[in-house]
Amino acid sequence: MENDKNMPYRKSGKGAVIGKKAIGFSFDGTDYQGLEGDTLASALMANGVHLMGRSFKYHRPRGVVGAGSEEPNALVTFDRGTGRVTPNVRATVLEIFEGFVARSQNNWPSLKTDIGAFNNTFSMFFPAGFYNKTFMWPKSFWDKVYEPFIRNMAGLGSAPTEADADVYASVYGHCETLIIGAGPAGIAAALTAVKTGERIILVDENPVFGGSLLSAPNDEIDGIKASDWLDKSVKILENAKNVTLMTRTTAIGYYHDNFIGLAERITDHIPNLKLGVSREKLHRIRAGKVIIAQGAIERPLVFNGNDRPGVMLASAAQTFLNRYGVAVGNTAVLFTSHDSGYAAAFDLADSNVRISLIVDARNEVPKDIQTEAAKRGIEIISAASISKTYGKNRITGVEVYVPSTGEKRKVNCEALLMCGGWTPSLHLWSHSKSSIRWDDNIAAYIPDQPNENAMCAGACNGDFGLRAALQGGNKAAGGRKSYKVHERDFGTGTTFVNLPNYIDASKQKAFVDFQNDATEKDINLAVREGFSSIEHVKRYTTIGMATDQGKTSNLNAMQIASKAIKKTVQQVGLTTFRPPYTPTTYGTIAGYRSGDLFEVERKTPMDGWAQKRGAVYEPVGVWRRARYFPKVGEDMDTAVARECKATRDSLGIFDATTLGKIEVVGPDAAKFMNLMYTNPWVKLGVGRCRYGLMLGEDGYIYDDGVVGRLAENRFHVTTTTGGAPRVFRHMEDYLQTEFSHLDVWLTSTTEQWAVIALNGPNARKLIEPFIEGIDLSPENFPHMAVREGKICGIETRLFRVSFSGELGFEINVPSHYGRAVWEALFEAGKQYDITPYGTEAMHVLRAEKGFIIVGQDTDGTVTPGDAGMVWAVSKKKKDFVGRRSLKRPDLVASGRKQLVGLMTEDPNVVLEEGAQIVADPNQAIPMDMIGHVTSSYWSESLGHSIAMALVMGGFDKEGENIYIPMQGKTHKAKIVKPFFYDPKGERLNVV
Amino acid sequence: MFEIHCPYCEEKKPEIEFAYAGEAHIVRETKADDLSDQEWAEFLFYRDNKRDDHHERWWHQHGCNMFFNAVRNTQTDKFVTTYKMGLNRPKINPSTNNIKAVQNGK
Amino acid sequence: MKFSASSLFANALSGHKKWPEQFPDKEPKKEYDVVIVGAGGHGLGAAYYLAKKYGITNIAVIEKGWLGGGNTARNTTIIRSNYLYDESMAIYDHAVDLWDGLSQELNYNTMFSKRGVLMLAHNVHDVQSFHRHVHANRLNGVDNKWLSPEECKKFVPILDISANRHYPVMGGALQMRAGTARHDSVAWGYARAASQLGVDIIQNCAVTGIRRGKDGAVEGVETEKGFIAAKKIGVSAAGHSSTVMEMAGLRFPLESYPLQALVSEPVKPVLNCVVMSNAVHAYISQSDKGELVIGAGTDQYTSYSQRGALHILEHTLMSICEIFPIFKRMRMLRSWGGIVDVTPDRSPILGKTPIEGLYVNCGWGTGGFKATPGAADLFAYTIVHDEPHKINAPYNLERFVTGRLIDEAAAAAVAH
Repeated sequence: MENDKNMPYRKSGKGAVIGKKAIGFSFDGTDYQGLEGDTLASALMANGVHLMGRSFKYHRPRGVVGAGSEEPNALVTFDRGTGRVTPNVRATVLEIFEGFVARSQNNWPSLKTDIGAFNNTFSMFFPAGFYNKTFMWPKSFWDKVYEPFIRNMAGLGSAPTEADADVYASVYGHCETLIIGAGPAGIAAALTAVKTGERIILVDENPVFGGSLLSAPNDEIDGIKASDWLDKSVKILENAKNVTLMTRTTAIGYYHDNFIGLAERITDHIPNLKLGVSREKLHRIRAGKVIIAQGAIERPLVFNGNDRPGVMLASAAQTFLNRYGVAVGNTAVLFTSHDSGYAAAFDLADSNVRISLIVDARNEVPKDIQTEAAKRGIEIISAASISKTYGKNRITGVEVYVPSTGEKRKVNCEALLMCGGWTPSLHLWSHSKSSIRWDDNIAAYIPDQPNENAMCAGACNGDFGLRAALQGGNKAAGGRKSYKVHERDFGTGTTFVNLPNYIDASKQKAFVDFQNDATEKDINLAVREGFSSIEHVKRYTTIGMATDQGKTSNLNAMQIASKAIKKTVQQVGLTTFRPPYTPTTYGTIAGYRSGDLFEVERKTPMDGWAQKRGAVYEPVGVWRRARYFPKVGEDMDTAVARECKATRDSLGIFDATTLGKIEVVGPDAAKFMNLMYTNPWVKLGVGRCRYGLMLGEDGYIYDDGVVGRLAENRFHVTTTTGGAPRVFRHMEDYLQTEFSHLDVWLTSTTEQWAVIALNGPNARKLIEPFIEGIDLSPENFPHMAVREGKICGIETRLFRVSFSGELGFEINVPSHYGRAVWEALFEAGKQYDITPYGTEAMHVLRAEKGFIIVGQDTDGTVTPGDAGMVWAVSKKKKDFVGRRSLKRPDLVASGRKQLVGLMTEDPNVVLEEGAQIVADPNQAIPMDMIGHVTSSYWSESLGHSIAMALVMGGFDKEGENIYIPMQGKTHKAKIVKPFFYDPKGERLNVV
Repeated sequence: MFEIHCPYCEEKKPEIEFAYAGEAHIVRETKADDLSDQEWAEFLFYRDNKRDDHHERWWHQHGCNMFFNAVRNTQTDKFVTTYKMGLNRPKINPSTNNIKAVQNGK
Repeated sequence: MKFSASSLFANALSGHKKWPEQFPDKEPKKEYDVVIVGAGGHGLGAAYYLAKKYGITNIAVIEKGWLGGGNTARNTTIIRSNYLYDESMAIYDHAVDLWDGLSQELNYNTMFSKRGVLMLAHNVHDVQSFHRHVHANRLNGVDNKWLSPEECKKFVPILDISANRHYPVMGGALQMRAGTARHDSVAWGYARAASQLGVDIIQNCAVTGIRRGKDGAVEGVETEKGFIAAKKIGVSAAGHSSTVMEMAGLRFPLESYPLQALVSEPVKPVLNCVVMSNAVHAYISQSDKGELVIGAGTDQYTSYSQRGALHILEHTLMSICEIFPIFKRMRMLRSWGGIVDVTPDRSPILGKTPIEGLYVNCGWGTGGFKATPGAADLFAYTIVHDEPHKINAPYNLERFVTGRLIDEAAAAAVAH
């Protein structure tokens, strides 16, 4: 492949992860060739393409800075077709495949010629925080002119425009040891931990294991080549049953009690997608111990012109060469302040890249390095700097400046490598709230005290070099092995906060945060303007807030700020590391829970019948309930009117399964009920029912429902549909903590029973032939009674209750018989024109009777007194939950809102639920509102509308007129008692 | 997500099995009529809200269904101990880590 | 130096070297007329209004960390006033009135953007509840409008309003006057304006005690930088209010919970307003920088650790993806936690305390940012007059005794 005309910068014999197969791909509409194993960045650079993006603010042309997930510049849009377009992906981690398509972003009309770059020309007017200082006049221009302009200029790629075509998954996992990062430290740790036989998980964000080993092929470990050692080690781990190896998996966050989120990328690199395979998967791992071996990220040098395409980290250039077999240029200059930078230059030189010059900012360069350079014929200038760079969309040369002599020299190059030291990756460590401390030797923070069972190994612990990594990993896993290592000495370095330059600082563009276009000048401006905390500097300059979250910029920014503030770095502090480690797909975090799996939508046993019948549903709590059953051509109002009328005239059937059910059992069951409900329970006869009202301890209505006493020691309690879980918790809480002296058991039985409500004058006639063991006669089975027996041969708890005012039965049968009994009754009910009705008709029927719905006619501020239900509150009981609160001053004050009925002046007007009520419709806004409409319906049975409302002092206003001002029209209504239909309840007594 | 030791199950389980149930050791006066409105308000609403070791209740909702007490440091989110309902506030001796809930108290 | 396009231009020509400090960090004096504890938007704003409206300039604002570093820096910047109760509408609408024009008032662009807050209704109960809000707002002169599903779609074109969804969009309530502001700029703008009026801002100075005289009235605060005498003390310490009140020997009806938020990577404009959904339980807007800013509810337990939990983010993002399936491929860039102090009725306490000379502004829960200018203004009024303004009078401590709560969430109760 040497000198392939398609890939002029490809180096044969190089590229640890590169295969032989050619891959065709497209970037910005141009077709290129790469090789198996390439990332988009390596493949483009193999073709000599360095310009990959535009910066956020000034739209400056940019190429890659790094070779991995720390990359700030080379962000592209990855396009896999409809529903599979992803913006802002790093070219350095995107793996290409045959047919791969990506395009650049944040430019117009093209990447090479971007109109937005005029911002760059006027960049002097857009320093940090400029937007705080202007765009204020005229005031109206902000919403209409300035802000839309700013918004359109901002943003990087475009958000997807179609629903995601992929699926995602999430799982839980457990292990004794989780190792994050599979470089030399992580692998050494795994090789040690594997011997314990415990569960080990080793993860790495890259497609292959090895980390820095892949960039240093000439090193030797225990007498063999590093690459061979890597192969051998990975085989050992692959063969071990207790090890799970995960590539393309990023540890995104370290949460409480060693709970770690791992995001695994599964399909983005696969050419042919298979249906149903998750694109990414979230692994939530609970680990006994965590070994963090995330390595370190090289630091850029901050100098004028350090952002031109072709200027990159020295380690990145070394990685592109050794891992991907790509030379970042035919000629290169190295600008360094650390020994480690030389490794890249020497490796490139050994692969026939001409190193035009090495500029070392330090006064002294170690002798052995000088010898190595001389051997390769490379010139080194020490105590020097780079004062500017040349080139438009690609670097063409640099100007070297020697401050001691004032000498300036122009040197041509196609790439400029920079090395300003190393930043240990403390992200995961810091997420765990473990502490860090400043290390003067390496001018960086390193781990200090752990807050979880975690430790760091290798470069992220500040231990640089291969030997240190291996030893560190081994030790972290409890080993005592001593590795024999042959490596290029990692050496030392000096950190330069300000590099010398003869050009006036205000004319320089020395970038600290590449993506956000934040410069050294911006930091100094922030400090000058009084932003003295590092958090302020970050927020004012936006440094560290780009999509790389400051991986290459934070430490530089902190040191520049500390110098400007004239405080030590420790005093200035470091900004907080915030999860995730790298940007993580929403879909991955949401996992499988979308669409049908978003929430478990609960359905009753009779739901399928209703669906076949064409029911229209509504969500109620976690359930879906049939709202009405339209016949062809019917709208909701017509259907509901028909359902109501049929029920009152003959017979309606309703699915009441969703009502919550709790079985209260035990010798003290009645005493417990006495404490939990406002009503008295001790004297309730066996076989009788009572409407129960439950309060919160604050005295407001909490829930309600009919309760049947099945035996001295057994109550069948029903709750509202949405309230079932909280009522159960409420009861358990009091039973276990306050009333623990009572011998009572609670069981949630909501799911055990299907409930069929039959209402209407023919209800008894319908069930009579199906019932065994229950005397249905009115005298032996009166209203508000419960019996146990059989229906259709199935055991039942049969309640004679009514939420409609008609003769009514609620038939409880074991859930799995619900549909069969329903169908049998429905079939037999045809002789009575049996009509299925939904929640809407149920609401109308109960409102005609003035029965309340907790949560609709009451909210969390309504007392029993307000709801007109003083009758349900025992005066004799010394204690029940909420009793004391009912005596609080405001709860007994006059003028509370009370539940009344409303009759509109125009009987055809159905008021809007939620409409507000006033006494004087002619007052100016703001009006004094005295209440609101809680329930409102057309009553087919009565031939006029009905409504319920909470009105201030409403009980004393009976007969008075009130007004409901709507847009365009004010309605007049009279306050009445909220019992509209059959107020004496005679219809219950039908024989 | 916390890992919480349920004193009834005698096992550590993930937080999603549990529901937080507010500050612990708030005594509900059964003869509440004797309390002033202010005293009743303090029972209902006033809380220590400690930025330190915090006594609190948890409910093992998706487990054994039991309410229990815990001491958790609200600055570090670390559980110091958990203990059964009805036991007194445990005496916590940080130097020895010797934590014992006292039986039969309230 | 006044901020303007021309001053920006002039400074650009001189290399931006002449900008003065916006808010110099001061060493404390021995004595102040008023000490405000907590330099968030509320505290700095109160100092500003004390100086600006009432001429009290011998003020210190004392901050444990860096100014604007608490919930001011950690919220999702939503501003709205379409609440149900008169008391809530009054206080939040007062804030919206002040938001509108705050940039000019402070000579600092706080980027208040009236791009509208749309609250989605997903079930019949939501519809009833939102109607109640819309009508109450309308009759109170507060902007809020009911939109049909089609109107919602017209306003937010990326909304999916198909009916066959678990949480269909059954309509929405839109407050057009609502929107977002740039959170940091609010703190910085108040700090700069207050500094210019002579207010001392003292950062990195934790209050360690509140000293009271024999008569019980406050005498000043003990701090890491020594005792500072003060005739009046206003506590505006958000999540840490209980701790500060404890220094004065007061137990409070407050609990502090972690609240998480997150942003995406920046993208070109795609969402033109704030969208909130109570039923699905999440809210989202897009910042001027292009990031989707997302929040949801609090964690279940009290905590001061500011450490988030993954399962909360899972729930938040599954909700966002359910409302906007096109956002599923977007990526979470950063997530963080704040500490919110919550009262039993989730409405604030803003007024006097049982101790003479000690005033408190706390308990804003998740709603503090939107109230910033209004709360600050009313807090200043209360401190000066030693009695609350009629707008904040209902937000007293006595309501927990009498039961006269202002409980917006209870009013939206769901049961059935």
